Amino acid sequence: MSKYLVNLKINNMPVAVEEGTTILEAAKRLNFRIPTLCNHPDLTVAGNCRVCVVEVKGARLLAASCATPVSEGMEVFTNSEKVRKARKHIVELLLSEHNADCTKCFKNGHCELQELASEYRIGDHVFLDLVTPESMIQDISSPSIVKDDSKCIRCQRCVRTCAELQGVSALAVVNKGDHQKISTFLNKPLHEVVCTNCGQCINRCPTGALTERNYIEEVWNAIYDPSKFVVVQTAPATRIALGEDLGIPVGERVTGKMVSALKKLGFNKVLDTDFTADLTIMEEGTELLTRLKKALVDKDEKTVLPMMTSCSPGWIKFQEHMYSDMLDNLSTCKSPQQMFGAVAKTYYADKINIKAQDMIVVSIMPCVAKKFECERPEMRDSGYQDVDYVLTTRELAMMIKQAGIDFHKLDEDHYDSILGESSGAAVIFGATGGVMEAALRTAYEIVTGREVPFTNLNIQPVRGMEGIKDATIKIKNVKPEWSFLEGVDLHVAIAHGLANARQLMEKVRRGEAVYHFIEVMGCPGGCLGGGGQPIPTSPEIRKKRAEAIYSEDEDMPIRKSHENPEVLEIYKEFLGEPLSHKSHDLLHTHYKPRKRY
Amino acid sequence: MENNLKKVDIIFEDSDKCAPLKVLEKTLKRTADDIILDLIDSGLKGRGGAGFPTGLKWKFTRNETSDVKYVICNADEGEPGTFKDREILDRVPEKIFTGMAICGYVVGAREGYIYLRGEYNFLLKSLLKKLNDFNAALKKLNVDFQIYFKSGSGAYVCGEESALFESMEGKRGEPRNKPPYPTVAGYNSKPTVINNVETLVYTTMICHMGPEKFKALGTSDSRGSKVFSVSGDTPIPGIYELELGMPLHDFVNEFGDGDTKAVQVGGASGHCVPRKKFNDTIIGFEGIPTGGSMMIFNSSRSMYNVLHDYLEFFAEESCGQCTPCRVGCQQLLKGIEAVKRGERPPAYLDDLKKLTGTMKIAAKCGLGQSVGNPFNSIIDNFREEIIY
Repeated sequence: MSKYLVNLKINNMPVAVEEGTTILEAAKRLNFRIPTLCNHPDLTVAGNCRVCVVEVKGARLLAASCATPVSEGMEVFTNSEKVRKARKHIVELLLSEHNADCTKCFKNGHCELQELASEYRIGDHVFLDLVTPESMIQDISSPSIVKDDSKCIRCQRCVRTCAELQGVSALAVVNKGDHQKISTFLNKPLHEVVCTNCGQCINRCPTGALTERNYIEEVWNAIYDPSKFVVVQTAPATRIALGEDLGIPVGERVTGKMVSALKKLGFNKVLDTDFTADLTIMEEGTELLTRLKKALVDKDEKTVLPMMTSCSPGWIKFQEHMYSDMLDNLSTCKSPQQMFGAVAKTYYADKINIKAQDMIVVSIMPCVAKKFECERPEMRDSGYQDVDYVLTTRELAMMIKQAGIDFHKLDEDHYDSILGESSGAAVIFGATGGVMEAALRTAYEIVTGREVPFTNLNIQPVRGMEGIKDATIKIKNVKPEWSFLEGVDLHVAIAHGLANARQLMEKVRRGEAVYHFIEVMGCPGGCLGGGGQPIPTSPEIRKKRAEAIYSEDEDMPIRKSHENPEVLEIYKEFLGEPLSHKSHDLLHTHYKPRKRY
Repeated sequence: MENNLKKVDIIFEDSDKCAPLKVLEKTLKRTADDIILDLIDSGLKGRGGAGFPTGLKWKFTRNETSDVKYVICNADEGEPGTFKDREILDRVPEKIFTGMAICGYVVGAREGYIYLRGEYNFLLKSLLKKLNDFNAALKKLNVDFQIYFKSGSGAYVCGEESALFESMEGKRGEPRNKPPYPTVAGYNSKPTVINNVETLVYTTMICHMGPEKFKALGTSDSRGSKVFSVSGDTPIPGIYELELGMPLHDFVNEFGDGDTKAVQVGGASGHCVPRKKFNDTIIGFEGIPTGGSMMIFNSSRSMYNVLHDYLEFFAEESCGQCTPCRVGCQQLLKGIEAVKRGERPPAYLDDLKKLTGTMKIAAKCGLGQSVGNPFNSIIDNFREEIIY
């Protein structure tokens, strides 16, 4: 349906916008910024903070510009005396229920309320302080997320994130009026409820009410401890986003600078999760082919399809809570982070002659669920906690600032070897559809001896930001040992964001769609939109990050996991072959059902 | 004492003289447009307090194109000091049902719901019996309309129409952004007429007696009569149907105890009128409108306590979603406490009055917008009682 143009005036300037456009959007076209707090480009409109109110000529009430569509002949004033007074009052009210001890806050300098308070020069607090002592008790039960109600301004971005993007609703509004707050089922601590630790709420919280549990001091202490050998691994999606927190434009790749900075921070070795992403493909690709054979040829009833990826710890915990009857569908492969930890404290420690107990493995992740994952009791196959500390991309940026490193001026450096080599297939793990694409590049070639039939290896049908994607790959002219796959249509599906994952799971459960292989990433856009990535996030920002990821892939000399020489070497020297006994001991895991509240 | 107060008997008029089903049968023979014209002509405005012209509301909903539309009776009577809908529900429910069925016919709805205040569940047993009989009668008359009950759970804000829809849909009772208005997207996002209990009875009665008799009562701005809930310091508390447009002075002469200091018109969210303004205050849309609550205070009452009670009520009953209302109500409450204790200077009351100005224009719904009514009218007229 074509949309009408609506003519209106904003601050006396005429503008014509499509019917249905909000006043906020229309004002943007004229370069009038209207401040917002509860509004977020990823979420439905709430219209509850009221910071964005504007005056509409002839109207008794101010209109929330985020929630009010334009109408013909409307005359809007975004900065009239009435508007300014009301807006200032609203910011003052928010500050009165907010623990404004800013210097103690992890979000100090990154807080939207602080910015607004500064913009409106809120000096003396007019109103009474409403922060209660109870609200100042932080919920630190989760290894990933810290919740501080005294900072909460009830904008409900987190509630909408958890419901709309993630379909989890671990956070919800409870009580009303002066007792209204954002809480969990029966006010239980975060780690006791369905929270998947995805951290998407953190990415959208305008204040310091939801932040990651930070381990910066612990990591500094490890670096300063001469008895410890500290190795650091960096996830694929960190290298295309870290710059955003250090004054570099969105979508600019900073791989070399990041490596350089990590070396300057004092890590003993700077290694790459991309290496174990390639390793994951070897294990998971082989697991898929083995499962297909067991299911299709051997008719083994215990082997279930579709197989589902297991790289995303938010998705894993979601599945353990919500679809615990489908845990056998999950690949047994550990995530690349955990494979790295297990290999580092065994194979690598041996190679460089360091005792595992003296090694500290630090991860730089776009994710806060990884903080939970590394503490899972299943993740101690080296005999120690395989990964000791997980820092988000944001925490790394803070460390770089603390160390006084001028990131802009850094030279590019290379990852240390071994455990530093990777392929383009590994870096695309950071985008939705990337694991699928990487797996197909390898599995197709194992089965047919030929490269995947897509231009330049770019499997376009599995790329892009659509919530649920599916694709079919025809397998033809296979090698003799894979004859059972001759002519088979391999059906794959990809979901990102847990609300989409839920939809896909429901389809699978109802038997509406038959797939062989499903990739799910817990966060919108995949890891590049992870809960540990620089703030803010939006569809445009994630699109730019994805473009950066795919260009990084194209620039890599090696594009396929099975061609990574260090991966070939670890199989030759240590693991034997994919799914070997040793692989199973170190690189695979199991899952457990969890409660549904 | 002499006064011009006119008591009326329309709402509770004997059902023998006005059999609701007969009215329905008679009305359904007319065209929807004729019925709307009569309602507009009668000047009937919503009796819940906001006073939107009922005929227009029905017309707007009728004009919407949709397979599904709804008629909802707002029986979430929650305004402190209001208890007239309870009496209407108890005594003449068939007149409500009839109004809903007529509305369904006019706007093209097949389902009607009565959103009954949770605290009125004791009425449900007898109401359900009468409703079942009425629904059966509708079927017998081949009227494609059925009425159902939905029970509220006690939140004041659910009397706000869009919060009421949210509550009916099983969600948290929180007001929505407007537009869209209910006539376009109400319950289940379908075009919806939502009327107060009393309004629906008047529609039945206007269909019964014609618009002329109705509009002969009241004033040009406030046609007809209205049911009042009279409480407080009065020897004769209760429910009274009175002609609209009366001076408050006459009302106090009739109902006061001779020592009336102030009347709170329109419940906690209404205005407090002090004795010196009784003569100049008209009860009606041209003066102070009311959903029916008239609370009379005599000289023994502390207006600080009255205001404090109201503010405690609003601080608790704000749904909490929008900043001006959630935080504003708490600031007003804690603010007058601070002034009373001497922790803030009396001039702080003026800061708070300015705050109510923001709440009035920036809060999301009528709850937050109207808290300034009692606040300002009590502060302005009884300032010394708040401070000392």
